[in-house]
Amino acid sequence: MEATSAAAASVFDHLEQAPEDPILGITVAYNKDPHPGKVNLGVGAYRTEEGKPLILNVVRRAEERLLADRSKNKEYLPITGLADFNKRSAMLILGSDSPAIVEKRLVTAQCLSGTGSLRVGAEFLARHYGVKLVFLPTPTWGNHFKVFMNAGLAVKTYRYYDNKTRGLDYEGMLEDIGAAPSGSVILLHACAHNPTGVDPTPQQWEGIRQAIRNRGHLPFFDSAYQGFASGSLDKDAHAVRTFVADGGECFIAQSFAKNLGLYGERVGALSIVTKSSGVATRVESQLKLVIRPMYSNPPIHGASIVALVLGDGDLFSEWTVELKGMADRIISMRHKLYDALRARGTPGDWTHILKQIGMFSFTGLNKEQVQFMTREYRIYMTLDGRISMAGLSLKTVPLLADAIHAAVTGAKA
Amino acid sequence: MSTAAAPASSVPAGARSGWWEAVQPAARDPILGVTEAFLADSDPKKVNVGVGAYRNDEGKPVVLECVRKAEQIIAGKQNMEYLPMGGLVKFNDLSVKLAYGDTAPVLEEKRVAAVQTLSGTGACRLFADFQKRFKPDSRIYIPVPTWANHHNIWRDARVEAHTFRYYKPSTRGLDFEGLMEDLKKAPEGSFVLLHACAHNPTGVDPTADQWKEMSQLFKSNRLFPFFDMAYQGFASGDTVRDAQAIRIFMEDGHQLACAQSFAKNMGLYGQRVGCLSVVCDNSQQAVNVKSQLQQIARPMYSNPPLHGAQIVTTVLSDPELKEQWYKEVKVMADRIIGMREALKSNLEKLGSSLPWKHITEQIGMFCYSGLTEDQVDRLTKEFHIYMTRNGRISMAGVTTGNVEYLANAIHEVTK
Repeated sequence: MEATSAAAASVFDHLEQAPEDPILGITVAYNKDPHPGKVNLGVGAYRTEEGKPLILNVVRRAEERLLADRSKNKEYLPITGLADFNKRSAMLILGSDSPAIVEKRLVTAQCLSGTGSLRVGAEFLARHYGVKLVFLPTPTWGNHFKVFMNAGLAVKTYRYYDNKTRGLDYEGMLEDIGAAPSGSVILLHACAHNPTGVDPTPQQWEGIRQAIRNRGHLPFFDSAYQGFASGSLDKDAHAVRTFVADGGECFIAQSFAKNLGLYGERVGALSIVTKSSGVATRVESQLKLVIRPMYSNPPIHGASIVALVLGDGDLFSEWTVELKGMADRIISMRHKLYDALRARGTPGDWTHILKQIGMFSFTGLNKEQVQFMTREYRIYMTLDGRISMAGLSLKTVPLLADAIHAAVTGAKA
Repeated sequence: MSTAAAPASSVPAGARSGWWEAVQPAARDPILGVTEAFLADSDPKKVNVGVGAYRNDEGKPVVLECVRKAEQIIAGKQNMEYLPMGGLVKFNDLSVKLAYGDTAPVLEEKRVAAVQTLSGTGACRLFADFQKRFKPDSRIYIPVPTWANHHNIWRDARVEAHTFRYYKPSTRGLDFEGLMEDLKKAPEGSFVLLHACAHNPTGVDPTADQWKEMSQLFKSNRLFPFFDMAYQGFASGDTVRDAQAIRIFMEDGHQLACAQSFAKNMGLYGQRVGCLSVVCDNSQQAVNVKSQLQQIARPMYSNPPLHGAQIVTTVLSDPELKEQWYKEVKVMADRIIGMREALKSNLEKLGSSLPWKHITEQIGMFCYSGLTEDQVDRLTKEFHIYMTRNGRISMAGVTTGNVEYLANAIHEVTK
């Protein structure tokens, strides 16, 4: 056979450039913008009043301890991660007296933050669960779709957000859950729904739980904001705990990106609550087979920090205070924005900004209005109208209010 | 699974059977399971020559001094924001320079798509998923033997896998004729997994001339070279020398891909630091490929972990730290080479009639001893020596303190 020339075209010549991620791409665009007054309300990363990222005090202290401890090494973690971290993460979301923990019917694996925990759980379901169908709320975090689809599961949706009331479409949600094929996987945001900030009330959660258990569905919780919704870790875990208390099984994906500010260190955990400890052991062995060919074992740094904070009484207490501080600042921004819109006489009912919970506000602005705000006012946010309240400050609230006002009164629909 | 509806007011879900009864216990990982068993053994003479993690002569894990210094520099300064999906840009730039050479033409022409990955495993998996997505009908050719997890990775990516001969038991060396024969039969457009240096588990590497012949074959038959480079610097002690296979293929104009790991050569195992790079036709294509790799990473883990990449970046971008790293890597490589010599000479002193020159001819962390599964089991049961059942000895676990004991035991089970 003739030798082909060194200039033979690449085997990947047919590739096109993929579009920017709809959420992470906002920050890319923001960074490119040279305008000094730009505001980034895109990705859900907490900012201080000065608009700076925040490293929690407890994290700094934990890191210092780790650094000073020369006996610590950088060996591989087990496939399912740091055991101490796993134990404490589970206790955090379930409560240390949880029946699942006491009865040892729980498997916890350290994973790559929330995304990684969801993906490992999804891969496990695709291999071992009989119903390969997941129901996601409408709307939901954009990345949920690909996480489940790439794992090999079919994805459908259930009604969640009511555009008209800007609240929960409770009846629609129950209807869709009831109509889903028995045994479907139902993805639930444990608290501080992303992107809407609309959470069920405790009574509504009870109705949802019953509907899910009645149909024999499998609940899969995405818990990315524990502590951020109400400011209380236990309160924010309430929905998850009621599902565990009824003795049924569930999956839980936990992230420490936001509540411990560990974003880039990728710290999270997948917990699977099963019927018995025997099942839990077998499930854990199969989880390892999913993880090993994906990344072998998880990164040690972030998990070590979390294990320290959760395991030390002082650090834990200090954390709860810092967490409440972040949650309170966000609530105060909600009030400031609401007041600013009212002061401008911006048409519309903006009370949803006050009622929504967590890091985001689902403003109700449409795509054209968002694009107008980005173009004319340098406000960077996702096209679905979601703004990260955590990115607002006293300084930038007036600018945002001006932009919203202009968009609502002047921009073409 | 029950489909009967219970009354809405009482929902004792605990009464229904669970969903996971049918889940079978999975087999223990053949490599990581060895360390688990070792840790559970209370015998004071026990020796772990199982997992490939470096140990010093006291048998202890090592954190490199250049890494400690880098961590001091990083501490207290950085924020912990999300990295981009493709990871830390500066890290990627430094990684590919290390792999391809600081002034490699493909780098100057910006033709390399590079993304930070979860160590070597993550790089291989990302590439396997990418291969499946854009070349769905292509095959991967995997050497026999190889790191066991390679098969798992391409299987989970659903890529059709074939094997090619690599190790020749009778010589305990490379089966070059078999390798060339098998790869000649591979259809055009096939992807081939190559260990850039210090082949795992055999320690048997092709010579420069053999690499050159392979490179020609790959060109004439349009085979895609995928290099897994987990031991750059660790094999010979010289990072340039250890990358020679890649440099040979690059000189021949191949558009290859490379999975780099910093687990061993920088001792960053648990930090999970690696880089996947793909050489493309031109800079626009590199942008396209990188964007598509990111699309695969996003629904897997969103973006890679920060800390380890910061360490590597700090070490490689500081001339003093980089020099220190080169020295420390050489110390590790030299200790292993020394232990190879010690093990071989001990076996010869014991009067073993079997050939043991392969111990010093093989390179890198592992020695493919040639021991059978039964012999390995005897080593574990009778002598509390732990290794994988394919007879692979992690030389990094051998010390001046245990080399005689190890040699004695091997002699006992092979005489």
